Amino acid sequence: MARKLLFEHINVPGINTFDVYRKQGGYCAVEKALKSLSPDDVVEEVKKSGLRGRGGAGFPTGMKWSFLAKPEGVPRYLVCNADESEPGTFKDRYLMTNIPHLLIEGMIVSSYALGANTSYIYVRGEMMPQIRILEKAIAEAKAAGFLGKNILGSGFDLELYVQPGGGAYICGEETALLESLEGKRGNPRIKPPFPAVSGLYGCPTVVNNVESIAAVVPIVNEGGDEYAKIGVGRSTGTKLISASGNINKPGVYEIELGVSVEEFIYSEEYCGGIANGKRLKAVVAGGSSVPILPANLILKTTNGENRLMTYESLSDGGFATGTMLGSGGFVVLDEDACIVRNTWNFSRFYHHESCGQCSPCREGTGWMEKVLHRLEYGHGTISDIDLLVNVAKQIEGNTICPLGDAAAWPVASAIRHFRDEFEWHVTHPQEALKGNYGLAHYADPLPQIAQTV
Amino acid sequence: MSDKVKVTIDGIAVEVAPGTTILNAARQIGGDIVPPAMCYYSKLEGSGGKCRTCLVKVSKGSEKDPRPMPKLVASCRTTVMDGMEVENITSPEVVEARKGVVEMLLINHPLDCPVCDQAGECSLQDLGFEHGAAQTRYEFDRRTFERIDIGDKIQLHMNRCILCYRCTYVADQLTDGRCHGVIGRGDHAEISTYIEKAVDNDYSGNMIDVCPVGALTDKTFRFKNRVWFTKPVDAHRDCPTCSGKVTLWYKGEEVIRVTARKDQYNEVEEFICNTCRFDKKSTSDWVIEGPTAIRHDSVISSNHYETLKPLPVIQKNEKLIEANLEQFQKTQKD
Repeated sequence: MARKLLFEHINVPGINTFDVYRKQGGYCAVEKALKSLSPDDVVEEVKKSGLRGRGGAGFPTGMKWSFLAKPEGVPRYLVCNADESEPGTFKDRYLMTNIPHLLIEGMIVSSYALGANTSYIYVRGEMMPQIRILEKAIAEAKAAGFLGKNILGSGFDLELYVQPGGGAYICGEETALLESLEGKRGNPRIKPPFPAVSGLYGCPTVVNNVESIAAVVPIVNEGGDEYAKIGVGRSTGTKLISASGNINKPGVYEIELGVSVEEFIYSEEYCGGIANGKRLKAVVAGGSSVPILPANLILKTTNGENRLMTYESLSDGGFATGTMLGSGGFVVLDEDACIVRNTWNFSRFYHHESCGQCSPCREGTGWMEKVLHRLEYGHGTISDIDLLVNVAKQIEGNTICPLGDAAAWPVASAIRHFRDEFEWHVTHPQEALKGNYGLAHYADPLPQIAQTV
Repeated sequence: MSDKVKVTIDGIAVEVAPGTTILNAARQIGGDIVPPAMCYYSKLEGSGGKCRTCLVKVSKGSEKDPRPMPKLVASCRTTVMDGMEVENITSPEVVEARKGVVEMLLINHPLDCPVCDQAGECSLQDLGFEHGAAQTRYEFDRRTFERIDIGDKIQLHMNRCILCYRCTYVADQLTDGRCHGVIGRGDHAEISTYIEKAVDNDYSGNMIDVCPVGALTDKTFRFKNRVWFTKPVDAHRDCPTCSGKVTLWYKGEEVIRVTARKDQYNEVEEFICNTCRFDKKSTSDWVIEGPTAIRHDSVISSNHYETLKPLPVIQKNEKLIEANLEQFQKTQKD
């Protein structure tokens, strides 16, 4: 059984209440940090831990914190990004529902480290139950003296607020989140300036994912070096993976980074294999935005090595044969899944969620969705496939925020790896409406690539 | 040491004040290396960055940090650094990306130029002419909206809108009590006044001037004339609200439209008030300054005084040729 850091006590009855959480060693990190560590010590521990942002981009959290500008007389803010709305990702919701005090404890320690006296948790509007859970938990923590003025007699003040969003995917982008938090339309800002210099209300701000903030708790409790021992290479610690799709045991798993993808899918400890005796066809490894990979490429890299659940291993091979760990939304597609339909569905999502600020993303996402719809419903032509690749290329990299890239990558990768399935939809429109392409050669062992240097 | 920074755009070096954007540095050089801008408007704070037509490649970040920027950047919102090297029309990547952006801008545009009042002075038309493809690859229904009256003087034709947000900045920065903004999201976003409330403010008419396309049109001018049949004349009046410096657009004896004066980038020099724009439409209201300078490659100049062909009698007489040398030179350019 692998080490659990965040979910160690997840099955303790009543862990969502302050008393039980405290009894299980909760809020020790707050006591340790406020009583024995300076804010810079905490930042140093996080740096040492090698923790990388769990929201998708994987930027080192300690580094992000050290970039925070600290001008005199200007307040600093910590904002927790709980606007989790990526298709396939549901780890933050699970964490906030079941163990809300972990997030609050992380917020207190992180705010202390950053010198923020007002911090916000921006929760997606659809998650009303979680918002109520968090508000209740904050009230409990405040009653116990862990929030408010002069926490634990350390002289550190912190007010923590929960802000419901309007339910827009785009507000998960940090600058759009800040706009929304300020009460404006959630359009991403142009960077630079980065939030670390000019964020919420023009003040230096750090925006972190729920899981990143929660991970600060074990880092402070056990020390950054200890945390860095878990994992492989630059992927340290544990990661929550939201496993979904046609697997025997879907759900949220805390894994040590470095577990092999094969073990994650097939072992009884995690997903428990593909349901109903089907075979694996493809995996979207990190939420809908990352490139989809066929079975053979997700299990092995092109060098013939086992692919591991780490930032590096999953992105091995670049976009040609690799993908990304992203936010950990692990969607498994079996042989009955239609890649075209799946791609269309993702595309529909991005079409709906584009903020409409940059022209390529506003117009291009809708265009891709319409072409994919046409392909899926048997009215497509062969030239549509190249058109999609071309439109995806026109969007990618040409927008203010990464939503344009996120919309382009799934389409481009699906065509890159499953082109014959798209072509089959064009050549056999009637069959495509009734059945699907099946597994084909997508799980065949990879051909040995001749080394050309 | 001078406090200016040096930036090289398409191989042409220029020294500009620190904090200048790449686009404005390029405008100081001028000519065809200036990136097109559909949403940026120098007079409106915070505008730009949205349309992505001004994308350029920064091949060298600065003297201190010579790394190139990883992605194409919006030149209207990226400030120059000392020693920065920028590629605009010399970079095939930029030209390709811009072509892509123009295609995106046009896929939902109705292309109703033959009946659009903006035709002839439309930035999108120019942009499409320079960078667009002759044929569209878009085979679906274009999005459509009902026309909306914003007050009694302005009509919103949302089909043509490219969501540059300029008019919302006008509403924000020139008018008080904003009731005009963008509602909806993605490609179903639209410019609107809440519950179609009239925009009623002294400066609201400037929305028409800042609109790069024919989405916001002057109802007092709608369908009156094609812009290239009118003659622009600079004029001013003593206006208590605004500077009173305008361009009058004549058709024969009649002033059929009043707009603010626009520079070569289609940006107004000074915003004007609604009284000047909508209510003062007779020559006696104005002090005429002279014909407006129009770029000779603009369609508007096809009917302009300066480019009128000299009469045959002038063309034959040497003394008259010498006296009208300036006019002759202009004629030869066309």
